[in-house]
Amino acid sequence: MGAILEAKGVSAWYGLIQAVTEVDLQVEQGGVTALLGANGAGKTTTLRALCNMVRRSGTTTFDGVDISRRSTEDIVRMGVAHVPEGRGTFVALTVEENLKLAFHTRRDRAAAMRDMDLVFDYFPRLKERIRQQAGTLSGGEQQMLAIARALMLAPRLMLLDEPSFGLAPLIVQEIFRILRQINRDAKVSMLIVEQNAALALELADQVYLLETGSVVTSGPSDMVRNDEALRKAYLGY
Amino acid sequence: MEFFIQQVVAGLTSGAIYACVALGLVMIFVSTDHINFAQGEMAMFATYIAWALIDAGVPYWIAFGSTILIAFVGGLLIQRFILKPLENAPVLALVVCFIALLSIFNAMAGMIWSYTIKPFPSPFPALDLTGHGLVNVRQLGVVGVTLIMLGILTVFFRYTTLGLAMRAAAQNASSARLMGVRVSWMLALGWGLAAAIGATAGMLVAPLVFLDPNMMTGILVYGFAAALVGGIANPAGAVLGGFIVGVLENLVGSYVIGNELKLTFALAMVVGVLLFKPAGLFGRVIVKRV
Ligand SMILES: Nc1ncnc2c1ncn2[C@@H]1O[C@H](COP(=O)(O)OP(=O)(O)OP(=O)(O)O)[C@@H](O)[C@H]1O
Ligand SMILES: [Mg+2]
Repeated sequence: MGAILEAKGVSAWYGLIQAVTEVDLQVEQGGVTALLGANGAGKTTTLRALCNMVRRSGTTTFDGVDISRRSTEDIVRMGVAHVPEGRGTFVALTVEENLKLAFHTRRDRAAAMRDMDLVFDYFPRLKERIRQQAGTLSGGEQQMLAIARALMLAPRLMLLDEPSFGLAPLIVQEIFRILRQINRDAKVSMLIVEQNAALALELADQVYLLETGSVVTSGPSDMVRNDEALRKAYLGY
Repeated sequence: MEFFIQQVVAGLTSGAIYACVALGLVMIFVSTDHINFAQGEMAMFATYIAWALIDAGVPYWIAFGSTILIAFVGGLLIQRFILKPLENAPVLALVVCFIALLSIFNAMAGMIWSYTIKPFPSPFPALDLTGHGLVNVRQLGVVGVTLIMLGILTVFFRYTTLGLAMRAAAQNASSARLMGVRVSWMLALGWGLAAAIGATAGMLVAPLVFLDPNMMTGILVYGFAAALVGGIANPAGAVLGGFIVGVLENLVGSYVIGNELKLTFALAMVVGVLLFKPAGLFGRVIVKRV
């Protein structure tokens, strides 16, 4: 079991301001890696750098293939689905249209149709709202839609940016239960950014702690969970 | 009464043309969020290409089809080579660029084909249908072509995944990229389609007003009025807006203010809509949670 995603010395900039410095990280084949850190630590920027949405340097390989210079669209088409911060809902499209967008990208229409059924098995609420304008969905439903949209791409790796953001605890639990299911059943590897560290540690097997754009600690999630000093210092609990 | 009906029919005919121009504007607005001031001159230039083809002996409908195709490719190239490098430029730079395109096309047409007006053939005979000079085949043809075009566009945007990808790219480019949509090609496609629609509009106008490099100048203002009345982001609204502007312009022109002030009337409509109903009469307000 090698790494499905490997980043080496990845840095990223907004204009002249460097937001991420020399980050190394890995996601195991079939594994879940959590990327934790305070507000402004550079978590979102790291995810953006991995799929070339910001100016960046360093090497990224996906499944052994160098993707450092590929366009975002190509990286997505190779099997990396990014569920962005803010959910990226196409507000004026219907729920169905949001999902069917994947039909444009994928060649295998029949399999894509089956994936749509699968997605509705995970998120029955979306099926009930299939003709509703996506902008009118609740926050939790929009987060489900964002995950569902990513799943429609039949990804091998999902990058999730704070899927719990702004949601009620019950919905958060539901979403994390579904994420775990997706990871187990659909064998989708995950790199997840979270503010809710306890929740992310439960799901993840590997953890990276980010502070002002650099990795300060990394290791198995058990290690972080059991290290009180580390938890108190970086995760605040 | 007869005069009134004649004016309405004539209004619908010119309305169909405004609708085409408006459709081109809507097309670019929907796919790129810009207003293309060169839309009219691009249409005029395409019409000259059609004229040159017909003049060289190409049958009308073949010339018609080829011109649409050439315009499509031309629009695509303009986006790839002129606008793509300006992707991150401020809006004002883009406006300047559109105005430059406008003058370049105008001057090129004048240079290549001269400023003397030329007759342009219509594929539809001016055959009277009612016996009272109320409606003729040519008028029906112009309206028909516009409606067919609207139909094609509606089906394209509503029922094809490519149309869906274009809408998504316009709404949220970065999110569209994350769905694997090649956004910059979608913009180019929008320009191609707009140019093709414009070419059709030009070929419908030319038989009515004669072909010359300034043929579209006034019509573009009516096209703007139509697009704004219908809602600049709504193709069906733009076509309806075209018909409304065409009919109103004719009626107001013949009964109220006289033909000389028609263009002023169109400008007044533009200002009125922008002041009182910026989303247009049929513009759909997008419900958004905040
Ligand atoms: N579009 C941008 N332009 C300029 N600076 C930015 C931009 N986005 C983020 N930054 C800066 O980059 C740094 C890292 O931001 P980033 O969004 O990656 O943090 P984060 O860890 O995701 O924080 P949060 O938990 O609040 O989402 C911050 O200092 C932020 O101000
Ligand atoms: Mg963030």
